[in-house]
Parts: sequence; structure tokens; C-alpha cells
Amino acid sequence: MLHTSLHCRSFPSPSHLRSLVLSSRLFPSVAVRTTPTLSLRRSRANRSIAMAATEDSRIKRIASSIRVIPDWPKPGVMFQDITTLLLDPQAFKDSIDLFVERYKDKGITVIAGVEARGFIFGPPIALAIGAKFVPMRKPNKLPGEVISEEYSLEYGKDVMEMHVGAVQPGDRVLVIDDLIATGGTLCAAIRLLERVGAEVVESACVIELPELKGRERLGDRPLFVLIKAKGV
Amino acid sequence: MTYPQEEVDGKERGEKPMMKKNNKRLETKIEGIASSIRVVPHFPKPGIMFQDITTLLLNPKAFKNTIDLFVERYSSMDISVVAGVEARGFIFGPSIALAIGAKFIPLRKPRKLPGEVISERYVLEYGTDCLEMHVGAVQPGERALVVDDLIATGGTLCAAMNLLERAGAEVVECACVIELPELKGRERLNGKPLFVLVESH
Repeated sequence: MLHTSLHCRSFPSPSHLRSLVLSSRLFPSVAVRTTPTLSLRRSRANRSIAMAATEDSRIKRIASSIRVIPDWPKPGVMFQDITTLLLDPQAFKDSIDLFVERYKDKGITVIAGVEARGFIFGPPIALAIGAKFVPMRKPNKLPGEVISEEYSLEYGKDVMEMHVGAVQPGDRVLVIDDLIATGGTLCAAIRLLERVGAEVVESACVIELPELKGRERLGDRPLFVLIKAKGV
Repeated sequence: MTYPQEEVDGKERGEKPMMKKNNKRLETKIEGIASSIRVVPHFPKPGIMFQDITTLLLNPKAFKNTIDLFVERYSSMDISVVAGVEARGFIFGPSIALAIGAKFIPLRKPRKLPGEVISERYVLEYGTDCLEMHVGAVQPGERALVVDDLIATGGTLCAAMNLLERAGAEVVECACVIELPELKGRERLNGKPLFVLVESH
């Protein structure tokens, strides 16, 4: 039985409406809908609360299905392992649904998924919203003509590549990866897409590690995540 | 009681066009998929005609048809696990898993999976490579489908099947978008069935 843990959690328990309001102020990017009033008499309020509660329970299930592996790949790192999320079909479906609900009416024409775990979440979203899927890959994997972007790692550099012609000027793009840490990888993906004239509408990840300040590295580029977690 | 002749004829006539129509639709879908795959000559080395599925992914209708054809085949085969081979198996496997309510298991190159893994070495044209799977991802008795974008010599799929069987799962079938029949990968699957959408010669 794989160990699952609640180490990563962005939501307090859903037992009180006030806590939902609070969480949306603390984590403005996290998907939660709140009602402006505590009145439970209006059916519209009831529906909003029900929807918020459903979203909240989906997020809880997703968060609790993610396994944390201590000291991997090196001492001090708490690795967020999404493979256990993929072993829970309901949680995996919920994670895709939460992204699809957010993006289906935003005129997104391209989902760009970062190798390799972005390949797991990106295509189901692309299929659901009728967008193209474009893989952003490590060097020498894509055949044919590519453009490359170098980016910094903690120690050293890496390179990300995209096919020439995959994305057109004016395409509205969503960038997907499983997790944002320092933001270096996402920034490289965004730069590649902007170099070919696309508009990067948003970056989306299952998990954010806020202490590593990836959001700041993205600057004014919007970032949407399902879960915030302690990574170190 | 006898039926009026036109009704009998109409019924018989009605069935055949229906089947023909379905086959034509399937043919059209497969053609659409095949024609959206780009062949890149001399990649990764001279003499190799590389089957590039990224252009399929740029065609939402063809990509959807690809997934739907796999889902139609597997949705009633009681599959509880879809195992996708890194990295292009990750593009097709999860959507199939989601549609049929199965778990998705990534089979990865060495040192990518955190935690405890089992490893399977396999032979390449020159040298060897290694595929890994998480311990505990699959339970004994589970029915598994292995997915990759393409089967060439069958070495990778064979390693994938071995990993699943070592963990006690039953590999029901291997599924790929493309087969290169001349490389005889089908024969390397220890008698396990292989299902592909497109053959490339």
C-alpha cells in the first residue's frame, strides 16, 4: 500500500464558510468560489456553497493522494510525488476537471506541456477543450526543426526545445507542468512560446512550492495551481 | 404470417449499409490519424525514417479519434491499470486511463521515479537501457494495458511487460499508435497480443 500523506495542504477543513473565504484571501490563485453573504436562505447561495464545497473536497482528495518522499533526489528536498495521484482515478479525473473548468471558455488554442510530467496532465486537458498539444522537450528528443531556450538550474544549465511551426503567432497558450518550484523551467517554456509570437494566457500546475518563489520569477505572468506545499 | 416483401428487403438493405457506413467511418478516422503523422528522414541517425506523432497532437480531431479508438477497444476489457512508457506513452496513456477508470502508471528511465522501484534491463541496437516501475503501483492479479506511441523492435514493450508481470499483474494487451512491422516487434512480445492503429512500412 503506497503511503499517502497530508503534508501538502492549502485548504483548511471545509466545515465553515468563513474558512473558505479566508483561504481564498490567503491563496488567491487557488480555485475556490465563495459567496458574498452568509445567508443560506437564497438558493443561489446554496448552490455556490455546494459548488465551493465540491471543489474543496476535490482539492482535498487530490492533495491527500500526493506522496511526499523525503530527501529525494538529495538530502533536504521533500519530493512531491504525483504518481500516487495517478493511482487514484477519481483524484486524477478531478485534477483534470478543475483545469478544464477553468480554461474551457478562455479561447485557449494550445496546451504546452513540459517534459515529462507535463505530458501526463496536458493532453487530457487539450482533448477536453479541443486545443492542440505541444510537447516542450529536453534537447535532441524532438525530430525536425526546433527552437531552443537555455535556462539556469540550481547548479548549471539546461535546455528546452519546441518544434518550429507547432505554435503560430496569435495562438493563445496554456503552459502545464506538474509542479512549479523555482520557476526556471516554466519561464523557459514561456520564453519559447513568446519568441514565436504566441500569447501565454496562464501557467498551470498541480502543485506550487511557494517558498521557492517561482511565482515571483514569473513576474506578471499569471499562475494557477491546485495545491501549495512545503517542499523543503 | 408473412411480412410484406418490401419490408423484408428494406430490413436487409438497411443492415448492410449500416455496417458499411461504420467501417467507412473507421477507415476515415484511421486515415486521418495516419496522414497527420509526420515522417522525418534521417532522425536520430542516417537511414531512419522517424515517425513523428507530434503533428498528430496538433490535430485535435485526429488526436481525439486516436484516444477514442483505444477507449472503445478497452473500456469493456476490465483493465484496471494503464502503464505508459516514458515519454510518449505518457501522452496517450493517461487519457485512455481516465476514460476507462483505470490507474495510470508511468514506466520510466532510471532515477526518475522517487522511492522504491523495480528495474528491468533491456537490449538496444547498441548497448542496453533500463526501465523502472514503482514498487506497489500494481497489485497481483490486476489486468494491465501497456501503451506506447510506437513499436519497433519490441525491446521496450517487452521490458514494460516484464516489469508488470514481475509485480504479479496480467498484461492483457500492448497498444501502440504505430507499428513498424518489418522490425518484427510483434514476435518479441512472448505471445501477448498487440493492437495498433497504423502500420508503417
